Amino acid sequence: MATTPPGNLLMTTVDKAASWARTRSMFPATFGLACCAIEMMVSGTSHYDLARFGMEVFRASPRQADLMIVAGRVSQKMAPVLRQVYDQMPDPKWVISMGACASTGGMFNNYALVQGVDQIVPVDIYVPGCPPGPQSLMHGILSLHDKIMAGEIRN
Amino acid sequence: MTDEKTKTPETIDIWVAGTEEPQFSPTDEGAQEIGLDESESRLDEQFGRVVSDDYVFDEDATDDERMIVNMGPQHPSTHGVLRLQIELEGEIIRRTKPIIGYLHTGMEKTAEVLTFGQGTTNVTRMDYLSPLHEELAYSLAVERLLDVEVPERASAIRVLMTELNRVASHLVALATNGMDVGALSMMVYGFRERESILSFFEKTTGLRMNHNYIRPGGVAADLPPGWKDDVAGLLETLPVKFEQYDDLLKENPVWTSRTRGVGIITAEEATAYGITGPALRASGVDWDIRKAMPYSGIDRYEFDVPLGENGDVYDRYRVRVLEMYESLKIVEQVMDSMPKGDYRIDDRKVTPPPRARIDESMEALIHHFKLFTEGFKVPAGETYVAVESPRGELGCYLVSDGNARPYRMHMRGPSFANLQGLPIAMADSLMADTIATIASMDPVMGDVDR
Repeated sequence: MATTPPGNLLMTTVDKAASWARTRSMFPATFGLACCAIEMMVSGTSHYDLARFGMEVFRASPRQADLMIVAGRVSQKMAPVLRQVYDQMPDPKWVISMGACASTGGMFNNYALVQGVDQIVPVDIYVPGCPPGPQSLMHGILSLHDKIMAGEIRN
Repeated sequence: MTDEKTKTPETIDIWVAGTEEPQFSPTDEGAQEIGLDESESRLDEQFGRVVSDDYVFDEDATDDERMIVNMGPQHPSTHGVLRLQIELEGEIIRRTKPIIGYLHTGMEKTAEVLTFGQGTTNVTRMDYLSPLHEELAYSLAVERLLDVEVPERASAIRVLMTELNRVASHLVALATNGMDVGALSMMVYGFRERESILSFFEKTTGLRMNHNYIRPGGVAADLPPGWKDDVAGLLETLPVKFEQYDDLLKENPVWTSRTRGVGIITAEEATAYGITGPALRASGVDWDIRKAMPYSGIDRYEFDVPLGENGDVYDRYRVRVLEMYESLKIVEQVMDSMPKGDYRIDDRKVTPPPRARIDESMEALIHHFKLFTEGFKVPAGETYVAVESPRGELGCYLVSDGNARPYRMHMRGPSFANLQGLPIAMADSLMADTIATIASMDPVMGDVDR
C-alpha cells in the first residue's frame, strides 16, 4: 500500500462537494409575473441558453424546484400566492428578485403593488433593470452560485 | 399555550404541506368565484347561452357527478397569472370562469400623477409584448387633444416600429402556443427570430422592451445609421424562417389534431363578446383598425387582412402566421418610401430644443428643464384613439382638465375583452384542450389587469 494517494484522487470537503452539486443543477420554478418573465423565458431559449449553467429545466411544480426567480411586479393580490409557492419549495431554496418592481416596487409606488418582494420572502440576489436583460439575469444567477460556493451548507 | 395550539382557526383553510400552522386565509374572490348554485341569468352567461350553440353535456347531471377545479394563478400554461375555475363533468368542461387581478398594478391611477410627457413610460409597461403599440395609442391621444400633426417621417417610423413589434409579438404567441401543445422546438425557434427583431429595437430605442420610444410629438430619436441594412436583413431572413415553421406545424398531424375544431368561437359570438384582433378575424369577421380607422398614415401602404373560417385554434394560429407576412410587406414599403425630414414636431411647447442648443444657450437649458419637470399643458377635453395591437383593438381614452397631467386615462386592453371569449370557446370541450385554447387567445395579463 502506497503511503501517498495516487495522482488521480481528488480531496475536498463535504461542504464544497454539496455546494458544487447544488450550483450545477439548480432548478428554477416556472413563476413568471410580468415583463421580466419574458426576459426570463428568453434566457432559457436558444440565444442565451441557460442550459450552459445546468438550469434550463424550469420546473412546473414548485416542489421540484430550488430557485424562485420572482420575475415582475407583485400585486397585493398575488402576494399570498407567491408566499405559498415559496413555502411549497423544498429546502434548500433560494430567491432571486428580478427587476425594479420585484425589488422595490419600481416606478409603481401606489396602492396595488407590494413595495419589494423582500417583504414576503427572503431574497438572496437582487437583479436591477426594467426589465433586466438576459445577461443581467445570468450575472445574478452566477453571483448566486458564487454565494452558495462560498457559504456553508444551509438547511 | 395549550389553548392556542388546540384552537382551530375558522377562517383559515390553506395549509401548506410540511408546515404545522395554516398559512393563509383563502383569497376571497366574492362574485368572481363560481359556485354550485347560481341565478338563472348568471348561469346563462356562464354556459354561453346568450349566443346560440350546441352543447353535449348532460344538463340534468347530479351535483356529485360534477367537479369544480382550479387552475392557476401559478401555472406554466396560463400565460402569466391568469386563474381559471373550471366545472367539469367527467372530462368535459361545462363552465369556465377566468379570475383576473393578480397583476393589477394600478397603472391607470399612476398615469394621473405623471405628466403627459412621462405617460409613455407608464403605458409601455402594460402590454409588455407590444410596448410600441401602447405608446402609439397614448401618444396619438395626447396629440389629438393638443391638436398637432407629427411630421411624415415620424409617422413612417412609428408604422415601421409597430409593425416589426407585431411580428415579434406574434412570434411569442406562436412559440408559447407550440410549447403548450408540446411542440417544444417551436418555443426555441420563435424566440430565436424574435431576438433578431429585438436587437434592431435595442439599436434604435436603447432597450429590448419597454422602449418609451414613441412619444407625444414624434419619436424619441431618429433611426440609427445603417437602419436600412438591418431592416433589409430582417426582411430577407424572417420569411425563410416562417416557412420553416410551416414545415414544423402546418401539416403536422399532431398539431392539426390538437388544434382543428378546438376552442371554436363563431363570428356571432366573437362580435357579441367584443373580441378583436386575430381571434376575431379567425372567425371570419373582416375588422382591422388599420383598415377601418387608419392611424399614422398606415392606409398609404398596401396590405391584406388575412381571415379564417372556423374560428378554432388552428385558424387563429394561421391568421397570425399570415399577418406576419403582411406586416413585413408594410415594413418593406415603409423602408422604400421613408420620407426625409424631422422625426418630431418643431413645436417647442411639446418637444425640447435640440441637444446642441442646450450647450450654447441658457434659455434653451431652462426650457429643457421646465419641459421635463413641469411638462406641457394640454387643452381640456376628452378623446379616444384606437390602434390595432397584435391582440386587437387597443384604445386609449384620455381626459384632460387643462393641466400638465391627465385627469383620467383608461386603456381599452384587447386581452381583457378577448378573455371574455374563453368560457364560450372552452364550454363543451375537453379538459386537455384548455391550454391550447388559452394560448390561442394570446392573452397578456399585463394588458388585462394593468
